[in-house]
This record gives sequence, C-alpha cells and structure tokens, in this order.
Amino acid sequence: MTAPVLQVEGLTLVAGDAALVEEVSFAIAPGEMLALVGESGCGKSVTALAIMRLLAPAIRRVHGRITLDGSDLAALDDEAMRRLRGDRMGMIFQEPMTSLNPVFTVGEQIAEVLRIHRGLSRRAALGRVAELLDLVGLPTPAAQLGRYPHQLSGGQRQRVMIAIALACEPALLVADEPTTALAVTVQAQILALIDRLRRQLDMACLLITHDLGVVAAFCDRAAVMYAGRIVESGPAAEVFANPRHRYTDALVRTMPARNPPGEVLPAIAGQVPPPGSRGEGCSFAPRCPAVLAECARLPALSGRPHGVACWNPVR
Amino acid sequence: MTPLLEVRGLTQHYRTEGGGTLRALEDVSFTLAEGEVLGIVGESGCGKSTLGRAVLRLTQPTAGEVWFEGQDILQLPRAAMRRRRRDMQIVFQDPFGALNPRHRVRTLVGEPLTIHGMPGVAARVAELLDLVGLPAESGGRYIHEFSGGQRQRIAIARALALSPKLLVADEPVSALDVSIQSQIINLIAGLKRRMGLAMLFISHDLSVVRHVSARIAVMYFGRIVEIADAASLFDHPAHPYAQALLSAVPQPPGVAPRIRILLEGELPDPTNPPPGCAFHGRCAQAMAVCAQARPALVPRRVGAGVRDTACHLYEVA
Repeated sequence: MTAPVLQVEGLTLVAGDAALVEEVSFAIAPGEMLALVGESGCGKSVTALAIMRLLAPAIRRVHGRITLDGSDLAALDDEAMRRLRGDRMGMIFQEPMTSLNPVFTVGEQIAEVLRIHRGLSRRAALGRVAELLDLVGLPTPAAQLGRYPHQLSGGQRQRVMIAIALACEPALLVADEPTTALAVTVQAQILALIDRLRRQLDMACLLITHDLGVVAAFCDRAAVMYAGRIVESGPAAEVFANPRHRYTDALVRTMPARNPPGEVLPAIAGQVPPPGSRGEGCSFAPRCPAVLAECARLPALSGRPHGVACWNPVR
Repeated sequence: MTPLLEVRGLTQHYRTEGGGTLRALEDVSFTLAEGEVLGIVGESGCGKSTLGRAVLRLTQPTAGEVWFEGQDILQLPRAAMRRRRRDMQIVFQDPFGALNPRHRVRTLVGEPLTIHGMPGVAARVAELLDLVGLPAESGGRYIHEFSGGQRQRIAIARALALSPKLLVADEPVSALDVSIQSQIINLIAGLKRRMGLAMLFISHDLSVVRHVSARIAVMYFGRIVEIADAASLFDHPAHPYAQALLSAVPQPPGVAPRIRILLEGELPDPTNPPPGCAFHGRCAQAMAVCAQARPALVPRRVGAGVRDTACHLYEVA
C-alpha cells in the first residue's frame, strides 16, 4: 500500500475539562477521499482544525499525533506550519465569502498564495492564476481576474476558494462542509469538481460533512463520528449499505428518502450528549435500541476494512 | 368545493438601491384544499420564502390576490386582517431567531392567545406543550436552555396556539441534525393528521418535501415551473429544471442514484431577467422559441398524461 499522505493517531482534544474528540485515528492515501461524517457537535470540524493547527486557544490537544507526508505537525514551529498551510495542505470552508478578502480582486488573492509560497513575480503568478481559474471551471478566466468577491455568486466564490487551495498543488485538501451554503444544483457542480481534481492531481482529500448522500456519492471511505469518537469506518458504500454500528444504522433508517412517503419515520429518540457529560461507556447507549449490560464499558473500534465500535453490532 | 386558499397572480417586486426592480415573485397561482400539504421546492433565491410570506401578507405584495376561505386577504383592512391571522401561522427555519430569549416558554407559547384575548391561557399552554412532546415544566424555562429540536417544538406549539387552519412551514427542519429532523417531521405530520391543518411546506430538501407533501410545486426564478402530485413529479418530472433539480440531490445510501444532470451556470440576475423562459440559458433542451416567448404554466401533454408545467417542449393540452 502507498504511504498515507495524512495520518491521525489517537487524537484527543479537550476544552477545559470536557473532551471534544477522543482517540480519533484515520489515514488518507494519495488520490483518496475520506469523509468524516456526523451531526453537529460530534467533533468532525474541530478534528479538521487540529489537522490544520488552527484550533482556538481554549482547545488543547492532550494526546495523539498528526503526520503529513510522514512528518509530525506538532514538531513544526509556527513559521514552518504557516509555510505548510496553503502549500502542502489546502483548505476550503463552508462560507467562501468570509474566507475571501472583499477589498482585493480574485486574481490578486490567488496570486498572493503563489507569491508567498512559490516566490513568483506578480506577472508570473497572474499567468498561473488564469490556469487555475480554468482548472476550477470558471468561464473566461482572464475576465475573472479583476473581479471582486461580491461580484461573484456563491458557487463562483467557492470555485475561487478551491483555486486558492489548489494553487500550490497540495498533497492534502481539507474541505469542511464545502457545499452546505450552496444551492442544490451548484452543490452538485462543486462536489463533482472536487472529485475530478483529487483524481487528476492525486491529492488526498478529507471531506467534513453531515450529508450521508454526499458521502455515498463521492467518497471512497467514511468515518462516522458520534459524540467525539469514530464509531464506525470503512468503504463508504459498504458502511452505508450494511451499517454495523447501531447509530449509523439508525441514521440511515431515519432518512425520509429511505421511507415510504407519509409514514412515521423511525426517529432516534433523545439527543446527542454534550461534551463533558458523555459518561464512561458507549455514548450512544442512552439512545440505542439494542443496548446490553456491556455498553456501560467503552467498546473499541475493531475490524478491517469495515470497523465498528459496538458491543452489539448489527449482524 | 371552494379551496381553503386560492392564490392568483401573486407578484412581489422590490426596489433595489440602484433604482432597479428585483422580481422576487412573478405571477404565482395555485390552490390549497383544507388539510392538504403543498410542498414548495427550489433553490436559494427562487422565491419560495417570499411566496410563504406574501401568502400570509407579511409583505405587501405588488400584485395578485390571496383568497382565504372566500376572502381576498390582501384587500382586508388592518383590524380584520389581524383577526384573520389567527387562522394562518408560520414556522421558520431558525426558532432561536423567532423566539424572544427574555421570555419564559409559557409566555412565548401563550402570547398569541393573550394578544387575541383568549381565556384559559395557562391550561391551553400546558395542552400545547404536551401536544408537541415537551414536559410540562418546560413552561418555566428560557429558550437558551433548549436544544435546536426542542426550540422548534416550542415554535410549533406557539404557531398552533390559536388552532390555525393554514400553517406555512419555511424550512422548518433545515437547521436540525438528521436524527432530530425525523423527530420534527414526525411531529408535523402527526399534527397535520390530528388537526386537519393545511400546510405550505417550503424546503430545499427534496426528500423531506416528498415525505410530507401530497402535491409539490417546483419554483425557479420567482415562478412555479411545474406543479403535480408528489409521486408523479418525483417519478417523472417534466420540466427540464425539475429534472435537473431532482437529479442533483445525492441519494442517500441504499437508494438507487439518479442519473445526474449537471447544470451549467447559475441562476440569472433577478434584477435583469432574461427574455423568454428564465431557464433557457442553462437548459440542454432549449429551442429557439425558449429565448423569445415565456411558456405559461398550463396543463400540457406530457407522455400519455397531462401535467401543469411551464415548458415549450410540451404541447398545451
């Protein structure tokens, strides 16, 4: 097997006394797209921020190791980390408008990445920028260079963000809910674009999403998070076609499209426990339809390639 | 039979800063029977939320008529309109933005009753909390103490306080997580069955709309482009935009994926609408006529049947 681009091992993040993320491990190979999927508060976004070393000061990494191309990111000083972001590691977030600077043109913002990381001159950078805009499917690239973010639609802005993220041909792209703020038909365009580019550039891709449909359609592998832990992981198609964890199973069953119109949906009772009140055992136990006495102890994630952390998995 | 709601030619324009006209809603007509759920789908900016607000006269529509139980409510004087509002309520996407954080839940839920001078507020509030599945002691608490799903339950209890006949639900589950979403969908569907509520269910999430609606209207660029019973629309969308929209939604695991029709480009500029069919610039099946004449939403021959769709591909029936 090819060496993974990104490897996360035993990542544990805390805020105050509350654990946000516990013992999270996964790896992504070149050209592979892994989805970290789960509901709000499950720890998927904070995991992405830890990878980029962009955690808020109140959040501490108390355990675990993150390596990119084999080098430990914790060992880098701030300056080295800054050089790495935007170069070996590209990032896209949910709301492109807040990530783009409103007073600079699209061309200047993409060129900036190349000038900082590649030391290109303004002129040389602009030539490459037109190529990048073409790569991300913006029509008439030369005409786009002088436009400001407010002159673009949401979908076009997200394409610009992707162009910025890919400017230095990163080994890893981290995309945190990249299409959640976009209209449905534009969502499909952007996901298809990311999918094409990761294959074309042989780039490892970490997709953070709450949308199981997106995972099933675009990702190679999926890791399902619940209350700060990965509870199930494996090939995306397999995980959702034959879910083994009771949470994944319930999640798939409750989706409206999986049920006859008008019928009562098999809802998951209760709510996700907030950080700090997750108890000792399996966090899903209080909502689980198949709970056993063992569930008071924490189940380990086991099995390959399809792993599950459950004492009483779906057979 | 007279429908509960009949909307005719409803149009909502706004002035833009530059002195232009933003056409948020153009000539929208439909009917809604008592106890019926009509789903309204479309992408951001298509006018679906504007429609929900205009129907309740929360905005002042530019043109058109909204007949509710045989009265054009757009013509009602203020006081009469206020009385009419008892029968028509709305639930929004973000319950936190719709509920005053300084009031206790019992005040929030009872407020419509107080405003309309109804007796027995305390007893009715207890009944409503129970109806939406909240424990009785919730009444003494504040909104920040509740999760998103519980807040939406509170907003629904408040909307139902006056036993309305029509509920506009504007993206009521879009801000909620999947596991909570189904709880609220079940609640809304159950209430509809028990109370015979008619609903306009507005959402960008097609599978949610399909689940709760008997009929569905697809909107594009301020207009309804197709309206049909939910099953026919999902099985055989006729309008090329409806086809593309349905195909764009990633199907959940275990549901056979549709052949994806990737649309080129994006929505046109609503201050400068294109001539003809607003969709022609993105439509793979566009003909010369599509750039010139706007197709009317009328019954047309689609396959062996007849469908209300606004597309020149189909002959007027």
